[in-house]
Amino acid sequence: MSLSAKQKATVKDFFGKMATRSDDIGAEALSRLVAVYPQTKSYFAHWKSASPGSAPVRKHGITIMGGVYDAVGKIDDLKAGLLSLSELHAFMLRVDPVNFKLLAHCMLVCMSMVFPEEFTPQVHVAVDKFLAQLALALCEKYR
Amino acid sequence: MVEWTDSERAIITSIFSNLDYEEIGRKSLCRCLIVYPWTQRYFGGFGNLYNAETILCNPLIAAHGTKILHGLDRALKNMDNIKNTYAELSLLHSDKLHVDPDNFRLLADCLTVVIAAKMGSAFTVETQVAWQKFLSVVVSALGRQYH
Repeated sequence: MSLSAKQKATVKDFFGKMATRSDDIGAEALSRLVAVYPQTKSYFAHWKSASPGSAPVRKHGITIMGGVYDAVGKIDDLKAGLLSLSELHAFMLRVDPVNFKLLAHCMLVCMSMVFPEEFTPQVHVAVDKFLAQLALALCEKYR
Repeated sequence: MVEWTDSERAIITSIFSNLDYEEIGRKSLCRCLIVYPWTQRYFGGFGNLYNAETILCNPLIAAHGTKILHGLDRALKNMDNIKNTYAELSLLHSDKLHVDPDNFRLLADCLTVVIAAKMGSAFTVETQVAWQKFLSVVVSALGRQYH
């Protein structure tokens, strides 16, 4: 399910529009992940707090969204572009890949809340595909 | 049996009481057919689904979206017995419609996105938690009679 040229353009365009709110969206998305899917907190047991809205969660959500934006810039070759991030996730973090889908869903919900007019079904499918491709690239080194 | 807090019941009831069934039903089903095009396999008799634009204008899809949302009403009115409330519908989807139950989850996700767009900041973390819990109970009940 790779992205067409048009969908790549749609993704770049929407992320451009989103730029001023990207920190908020990243922070909210991770908060919602740990709230709606509490099992995901297992990856953050070493933090002072992994509850929704807490400072470490918000900060990390912003970090993750930064990574997503970086990936938008590498949309033409995600596997090559995300190689070192994939090694990090494979050998150090070892996040079960199912969680990438869960976080992607939370990101889509936040995008929809903040940009109800712009997040049309056509934008939704392009962004969903992009996040799925991103997750695949992150899993590249897993086994 | 699923346990619901008073807060969760209030949240779910509130969402439904402010719901435009036609608007949200139509938007959710259309979004599902566009974002997950393989779901179109169940809508062979629904006319033109050629692209996003025709799906969004399709009156049969719009009507069906409304029907689905009214079906969710049953769960709202029987929150302590969703499993049995949907037993017959589950059999229908399994034996007659032959719908892969994973599609219920896909539609539920689209419904969540559409409601989030409608509610904006009112779709708080607490609201999303309760709403997704409700939908996951519905999805589970609809898949329960498959054999």
